[in-house]
Amino acid sequence: MNSRDSDRQRFFTRRAALLAGGQLGLLTALVGRMYYLQVVESERYQTLAEENRINMRLLSPSRGRILDRFGVPVAVNQQNYRVLIKSENTPDVPAVLDRLAMIISIDADEKARILKEIRRKKKFVPVTVREFLEWEDVARLEVNAPDLPGVTIDVGERRFYPNGFAAAHILGYVGAPRREDLTGDPLLELPGFRIGRSGIERAFDKPLRGSAGASQLEVNAVGRVIRELDRQEGDSGRDVVLTMDMELQRTSMRRLGEESGAIVVMDVETGGVIVQASTPSFDPNAFTEGLSNAQWRSLADNERAPLRNKAIAGEYAPGSTFKMIVALAALEEGVVSAQSSFFCPGHIEVGDGKFHCWRRQGHGHVDLSRGIAESCDVYFYEIARKVGIDKISKMAMRFGLGEDLGLDVPGERSGLIPTKAWKRAVIGQPWVLGETLVAGIGQGFVLTTPLQLATMTARMVNGGNPVLPHLARDVVTRGEMAERQDKDFTPIGVNPRHLKLVMDAMTKVTQDPSGTAFAARIRQPGMSMAGKTGTAQVRRISQRERDDGVIKNWDLDWKYRDHALFVGYGPIEKPRYAISVVVEHGGGGSSVAAPIARDVMTATLDRDPARLAPGADVAGLRGPNPQGS
Amino acid sequence: MAQFGTAAPTFRQKLLRLNWELVLLIVLTASIGFAMLYSAANGSFDPWASRQISRFAVGVALMLMVALVDIRLWLRGSYFIYGACLMLLAAVELKGSIGMGAQRWLDLGFFQLQPSEVMKITVILALARYFHGFDVDEAGRLRNLWIPVLIVVAPIALVLRQPDLGTAMVVAMVGGSMFWLGGARLWQFGVVAAGVAAAVPVAWQFLHTYQKQRIFTFLNPENDPLGSGYHILQSKIALGSGGLFGKGFLEGTQSHLNFLPEKQTDFIFTMLAEEFGLIGGVGLIALYGLLIAYGVFIAFRCRSQFARLLAMGLSVNFFLYVFINIAMVMGILPVVGVPLPLISYGGTAMLTVLIGFGLIMSCWLHRDMFINRRGGLA
Repeated sequence: MNSRDSDRQRFFTRRAALLAGGQLGLLTALVGRMYYLQVVESERYQTLAEENRINMRLLSPSRGRILDRFGVPVAVNQQNYRVLIKSENTPDVPAVLDRLAMIISIDADEKARILKEIRRKKKFVPVTVREFLEWEDVARLEVNAPDLPGVTIDVGERRFYPNGFAAAHILGYVGAPRREDLTGDPLLELPGFRIGRSGIERAFDKPLRGSAGASQLEVNAVGRVIRELDRQEGDSGRDVVLTMDMELQRTSMRRLGEESGAIVVMDVETGGVIVQASTPSFDPNAFTEGLSNAQWRSLADNERAPLRNKAIAGEYAPGSTFKMIVALAALEEGVVSAQSSFFCPGHIEVGDGKFHCWRRQGHGHVDLSRGIAESCDVYFYEIARKVGIDKISKMAMRFGLGEDLGLDVPGERSGLIPTKAWKRAVIGQPWVLGETLVAGIGQGFVLTTPLQLATMTARMVNGGNPVLPHLARDVVTRGEMAERQDKDFTPIGVNPRHLKLVMDAMTKVTQDPSGTAFAARIRQPGMSMAGKTGTAQVRRISQRERDDGVIKNWDLDWKYRDHALFVGYGPIEKPRYAISVVVEHGGGGSSVAAPIARDVMTATLDRDPARLAPGADVAGLRGPNPQGS
Repeated sequence: MAQFGTAAPTFRQKLLRLNWELVLLIVLTASIGFAMLYSAANGSFDPWASRQISRFAVGVALMLMVALVDIRLWLRGSYFIYGACLMLLAAVELKGSIGMGAQRWLDLGFFQLQPSEVMKITVILALARYFHGFDVDEAGRLRNLWIPVLIVVAPIALVLRQPDLGTAMVVAMVGGSMFWLGGARLWQFGVVAAGVAAAVPVAWQFLHTYQKQRIFTFLNPENDPLGSGYHILQSKIALGSGGLFGKGFLEGTQSHLNFLPEKQTDFIFTMLAEEFGLIGGVGLIALYGLLIAYGVFIAFRCRSQFARLLAMGLSVNFFLYVFINIAMVMGILPVVGVPLPLISYGGTAMLTVLIGFGLIMSCWLHRDMFINRRGGLA
């Protein structure tokens, strides 16, 4: 403690106070500057913030195309003009929407949806007001741009199916991702982005989708792009090449016409599906734009189920087309030979049941060949009784019936091949003999899909090779093709002589005047088809009705009429294509289904790539099997 | 009254008398920083906030340790610490890794030390020690001033060679303040000011192109909005568009759309002002004002010249961080790369600031202690 030290303290205090005062002054100046920037000049900077904005924008990759076996595009991308609104740049969103509504009509529902979406998304994320604008609308919007702050027009891509209805079930359609589809991938949140919802579009969504690019843009207050600062291109989606032939698909759809039904044509060597028609159909382009509620209801409630792919999800009693399976089961078990014959008086009685042949007056003495060619029911009651249901079912399954065949398009149904164990487990009752008889003519519990019937036929005529059906052949990246690797199948091991017997009988169906499809034979030189008709009863015919005379199909309500079926292959000498036709409630297999099959098979043989361009390397086509069959 | 004695307080007494409210203010300020770093990463603790939190925890522990050390130890060690740090700074010249085009880091393997940051504190320590030994009259004599001038000029020369204009300016200003508090005469400041004015044209020749560029763009940022004026202009736009109440936490469009450069380090104040507006910005400045006032208050209360000078010098140093950074992002000062203390992402600055507060607290704990000129008790 001395006076010098207290001098020092006074000096320090004085100067420190001055210094602290200076600091306070400077901090106050900072506050003043802040006030100037954030309050006085705030508006100017808010405008600047919006005017001079550099924005990262994701670039949607082009969705890959889908091509048919000849490389014809069946799903492509078109330019899509759309109006977007960014709420951050729009002082009064409802007012701007009202002004927009005077140019492109926006109804109340749409307006509510847009406002809801704006509330949900971040202020700087653009919301789609309307897509698929006509060019005139675009021009009118451009002219009115000054009155529409925050409204922008951009060009995106829109999925387009040039063939519309014709291949809707195969190709499927695309739609906006639903909430549960969002995986955090920002690509999915882009306005207007579409993902595959069904068919090939869904099954191959990943490769078709590609990966997003990014563009760094400088945009002004109205959202107009001033310039692009940086751009990283994404990878466009890869193309998918199908085994389908679009031309044939169209022919098949046309041939089914107003009927409700399905056609499958398959390459018997590879399992490649060439036609997969299902009627009635729908326009997948409507899904891209988004269906209205009414449109959706009318599709979903339609009695003829246009949305269902009947070729793979329609389950029908196979009727007489099942008889080859029963015959093969009997031959393999040795309970009959080619020569064994039975007498058909028009019906047989088993236990206290009476089982009718379709021909009331009967067929007389019938062997295997006639049994198939003329489709004698009594013959098959007899051999089914001898071989038993479990043996028949086992044979059916070896030919691909009753199981999901793993087609690369979602929605396949497995049908049903009954066994004794199945009935006990599922229905809880023991199997009765009468049910074996009914199954012997493909009725009762037996259910199959057209795809399974075509696969069955293919396996019968390719030497017992258990091919599996598939629609996509390759996924292509920029012209490079990764060939599909076919599995090596182990033959199903049915005696080739027995297969030959069945094929000869199927030949008689179309080639012998007594055959059920003789009238529907192919007459063109150099082409031929063998097959088997089937007529599946949908209702039970009572004894009283039989006594009074069976009601003719055409007098029944549509939904009680018989299903008409046909399975076949061609050419007869060197089978290459298998076909199955189902016409729901169409009537008789020989009168309705067989002529359709004939026409489609003729067209198929006509478009055989080997015939079209001998020696040419055509996408999707494999050369003739070197091993022969 | 507390003991008017000269006896050193015990460890227990120190712990009880520690300025816990000051610690709380520091934690509060740092927490605002964590929130901003969380926002800078678009609502994520990674990569900045989480690491900043752990660094802060280490820094606070270090701060308390520094606070509890007897102030006489700091006084006796001040020249040694200064000398060690000066050598470290020189080492950066010889073996420094390149960062942002300028050599500023010393890679210690686990930690990248920026000696120029630490230098600021050691200059204050050394000057406080020096002026502690003189009466006001003696201190103002020219023959007693050439040593402290050397203490200030040596690090400035090194820092300028690196080159780091911001740190050089801060060291010069902190040094100047110490002279002012220690007893330098008014006319001496006048002479220095005139000398600097005369030297500017000469010094200009030695500046790097990017430094000249920064000064040019500072003078007229609108000239080249996408070139070098970009930072200042975007910062002003982001700040100005925040308005009175801001755009809301995590809602700052300019910062989140990456308009704002270095939003986690030098321009973090802009982001805060964009998201929390004038209210938030002024609030933070007030908080800083409180922290600075705390240091000034402690300086007034100390009985030894060393503690007074140390506390005041450190508080000036802290003030300079705050002022230069905020003035820089608002376009009042050129962009010189000074972080916002306790908030900007970065290890050395955080550590330096916390050690500074540790020393201020040490001054408080030993405020009633008379210390003789050699560092013993009076």
